[in-house]
Amino acid sequence: MKRTRRRYLGLKIDCDETFDSREFMSAVWDAVLRLYGEYGASRAGLALIDYDAAKKLVILRTSHTTVRMVRAALASITKVQDRPVAVHVLAVSGTIRALSEKMTRKHT
Amino acid sequence: MKRKYADLHVCPDLGNDEHVARMIRKTSELGYQLMAIPVPQSLPEEKMRTLQDVCGEYKIDFASRVDLRPRTSNELIRSLRKLRRRFEIIAVTCESKNVARQAAKDRRVDLLSFPGHDWRRGFFDKAEAELASNALGCLEIDLKSLLTLEGPARIRLLSSLRREAATAEDFHVPIVVSSGASNELLMRKPREAAALTSLFDLDKGSALEAISKNPMAIVKRNREKLSPKFVAPGIRLIRRGKDC
Repeated sequence: MKRTRRRYLGLKIDCDETFDSREFMSAVWDAVLRLYGEYGASRAGLALIDYDAAKKLVILRTSHTTVRMVRAALASITKVQDRPVAVHVLAVSGTIRALSEKMTRKHT
Repeated sequence: MKRKYADLHVCPDLGNDEHVARMIRKTSELGYQLMAIPVPQSLPEEKMRTLQDVCGEYKIDFASRVDLRPRTSNELIRSLRKLRRRFEIIAVTCESKNVARQAAKDRRVDLLSFPGHDWRRGFFDKAEAELASNALGCLEIDLKSLLTLEGPARIRLLSSLRREAATAEDFHVPIVVSSGASNELLMRKPREAAALTSLFDLDKGSALEAISKNPMAIVKRNREKLSPKFVAPGIRLIRRGKDC
C-alpha cells in the first residue's frame, strides 16, 4: 500500500481571548464540513498535533493533497464559540521538526 | 523573484486614526507590500498625506482609491471626468445594467465590482466581459462577504462568483481579489486569500496573480499615467532642455 504523504501546518490564532483545543478543533471541523462536506473532511485526515493556548500556536496534520482545501477552511473561520477570531497559517512543512524551525524563525 | 502582494480594498474607519493605523499595521504584518484604502472624493490632501505617512511607517506602499456608485451611466462619466486625475484607482460598483456596460467599456475604470450578495444584480455576463476585455477594467472580488455570509446566502454567493470568475477567465479579463475588510479579523494572508478562491474554482496560478500581478499592474499603469512625464501610452518625457 502506498504511504500517505502528510503535511504539517503551523497556525497562529488571532484573538484576544483564549479557548481550549477542543473548542478550536470543533471550529476547524465545522469549517471543513461546511465547505467540503463529510466526503471532503474524510479526505483531509485532520489531526491536532500540538496546541499552545498561551502562545496561541497550533500544529495541525493533514494529507498533502488537501493542503489548499484545509487552508481555505481555516481562512473561513471567523468565530470560535461565538468569539471573533482569525486563523493564520504561519508555515507548512513535511516534517514536524522542519515546521518547528520555520515557525521559530517566523515567530521571533 | 519574490512575489509582491497587494490588497486593494482595505476599509478602515477613516474617522478613527487609531483604527486606520491598526489596519495598516495588520496589512503589513500579513505580508502585503501594497494596499489601497477607499477614500471619500472630498478627502483633503493633508489627510491623504497622513495615510501615506502611516503606510510608510509600516513599510507598505499606499495607493489612493475612490469607490463610485453611480445611478446612471451619465453620472459615471461625469464622475470619471472629475476624479480620474486625482486617484490612482477607480472602482465602480455596478448596480444597474447601464452602469455596468458603461463601466466595462470605459478605459478610465480600473475595477468593476458587483454586489455579490444579491444574485439579481450579477451583471457580469459575457457581453460585459467582452467589453471589459477591450478596455482596462478588472473584475474585483471581495472576500469579506465570503467570510461573513453563512448557509444558503454563501452558497448563492459562491455560485455567482464561480460563474463570474469563469466568464472573466474565458474573456481574459483580469481578476483582482481583495479583502474588503473593515476590521483586522476579516483580513487574511495572501496565500489564505488565494486558497479561499479555490471555493469558486480559481486555479492556484490565477489566484496568486489575482492578489499580486493584476493589482500591481493597475497601480503601476496608473502611476505612470499620473506622472508629469507621461505623454501617451508608451511615450514619456525623458529629459527637458535645449539639446532635446
